[in-house]
Amino acid sequence: MLKVTNLHAAVGGHEILRGINLSIDAGEVHAIMGPNGSGKSTLARALAGHPEYQVSEGEALFEGENLFAMDPESRARAGVFMAFQYPVEIPGVHNAYFLKAALNAVRAHRGQEELDAVEFMALVHDRMKQLGIDESLLNRPVNEGFSGGEKKRNEIFQMAVLEPRLAILDETDSGLDIDALKIVAHGVNAMRRPDRAFLLVTHYQRLLNYVVPDVVHVLADGRIVRSGGKELALELEERGYGWLEAGASVGS
Amino acid sequence: MAPALNAYVAEWERAKPLRQHSGANGLASIREEALQEFVSRGFPTTREEEWRFTSVAPIAERMFALPLPSAADISASDIAPLRLPIPPAMELVFVNGRHVPALSRVGTLPEGSRVENLVTALATASDQIEPHLARTASVEQQPFVVLNTAFLDDGAWIQVPAGAILQEPIHLLFLSTGGIDNRPLMSHPRILAILGKNSQASVIETYAGTNGAQYFTNAVTDIVVGDNAILDHYKLQYDSPAAFHVGAIHVRADRSATYRSHSVSLGGALVRNDVVAVMNGEGAECMLNGLYAADARRLVDNHTTIDHAQPHCDSREIYKGILADHARGVFNGKIIVRPDAQKTDAKQTNRALLLSEDAQINTKPQLEIFANDVKCTHGAAVGQLDDEALFYMRSRGLSDASARRMLIHAFAADVLNRLPLEPVRMRVEERLQQQLARSLPAVA
Repeated sequence: MLKVTNLHAAVGGHEILRGINLSIDAGEVHAIMGPNGSGKSTLARALAGHPEYQVSEGEALFEGENLFAMDPESRARAGVFMAFQYPVEIPGVHNAYFLKAALNAVRAHRGQEELDAVEFMALVHDRMKQLGIDESLLNRPVNEGFSGGEKKRNEIFQMAVLEPRLAILDETDSGLDIDALKIVAHGVNAMRRPDRAFLLVTHYQRLLNYVVPDVVHVLADGRIVRSGGKELALELEERGYGWLEAGASVGS
Repeated sequence: MAPALNAYVAEWERAKPLRQHSGANGLASIREEALQEFVSRGFPTTREEEWRFTSVAPIAERMFALPLPSAADISASDIAPLRLPIPPAMELVFVNGRHVPALSRVGTLPEGSRVENLVTALATASDQIEPHLARTASVEQQPFVVLNTAFLDDGAWIQVPAGAILQEPIHLLFLSTGGIDNRPLMSHPRILAILGKNSQASVIETYAGTNGAQYFTNAVTDIVVGDNAILDHYKLQYDSPAAFHVGAIHVRADRSATYRSHSVSLGGALVRNDVVAVMNGEGAECMLNGLYAADARRLVDNHTTIDHAQPHCDSREIYKGILADHARGVFNGKIIVRPDAQKTDAKQTNRALLLSEDAQINTKPQLEIFANDVKCTHGAAVGQLDDEALFYMRSRGLSDASARRMLIHAFAADVLNRLPLEPVRMRVEERLQQQLARSLPAVA
């Protein structure tokens, strides 16, 4: 589904990613872990098309299409979704209105008919119920005045409504209390499907107690230095990143 | 005399026999004195503080003609999209400044109310009207008001008696067309609205023109809101992008009166709006709610003055502007708090959104406070669209253009949401969207 080859990316002229290779098949959940500054979030943002992240080398094929040739909205319509580490507050734009416009843009791309207000609300209520999300979120401006936990839940809610093929969660678990974490995890688990893949960028092993990944990658200094099964996450929890970072610097 | 002024004097003379109201009683001398006053002062220049950022040379240098009495070729279908979307108490339609009864709509008015064209009103109630005309023609007035008085002919007379409540709004629609004999037209409509004690009304002025037509509208609206009366006053300016629009609104709010101004400026090549609201009685309230948008090389200048002359008055002012391409905006918000006006509570906000690097805004709050127990705040902010918000929205599938439109709409929303009549607000939103659709490709 996603094949990243030798990806180099920079922000503000500083190269952060120095040759990422990553292959995710449909139905899989991959976790990317790594210390601060290792490039985890850069990878997520580069894949989503953030304009401040410049790709200098390498490619990312999504279902065979070159992601880096697409603008952010085309990536979203093709089925790539990124849950933001820091969701943006948009005063004056109502959550429901925004999400309906987004969903209809995605649906139009898929050749589906636009949902009218009634159909949209039915879908939205269904998803909110599934995720245990408070309905008052709908009538508030996007993320404005939301608590940290509400913002992250809103990201998961948007994901559930937009139904992407590839969902990238950029530290969605950071800063969450255990209840909010369970909602996020439940949202991901409920959406796991043979034709959908997840890339979980996380700083803590904790999320992986609730969402069991197929593959765990360790990112250090802009490269993937180790990949393994779910037991790799536990090993990191016990031993920290030091032993891998040392290996990375020897290799560089 | 400057050649520009000569042209206006010549047109004034030429139009003498064309005037609908002969100028019996004091009117002829009011016009004559105003013309002399205007000639002695001339058009304002950018050397004057009040006109520093707005050159009216494009108006002064053109030879505008007054329209002939025969109405221009305007049909009901031309008017249809501009009509009030709800049943009006009265809808007076003016073409090139002249009232056209055949296009107007008459609803129901409470007993004793009058809504009619100024020519008719002057014939029957000149004793009530002339004092107002003389007042607004006084020497302290800005030059365009004086010019309006010199050319005074048609307009609207609105009188709401004490205690009358108008359920439906009054709509005054001013439509302008292209010129005659290669001369662009001008009109100088005068609107007088007098609300008696405890009365309540909504008055909507709409200005529009044949698309692309060049003309000059110089409107003056004079309002008295009596004790405890409430007026919602809309000015919707959708003039042709080649038109010149100068408008002055003078308001006197008496004891415990409420005046709410909703000013929307979307059209015109050169637009200057003056609002002067005098809080003339204790406990009066005033809201100035403004939205303007310009693209291309258009200029919109809003000058407002809120004069707190009496104690315990509240004023709330919020103006927002959206400027694209090479457009320019000017905002000057003056708040005067007179020595007697203790317990004044005045709040002013103005914000501008610049959609291109070449768009400009000159903004200036001006507080003149002579009382000591008052609350006055003001804030000005100029900004661009938030790049992070744009990326966030695009990452959910919205196109760049629709994300921008949504953010701009959100910027304007708090002004629009203050428009009490929802069908009117929706029309304004449609107009704004149309304009943004036109100016956004240049932004993206």
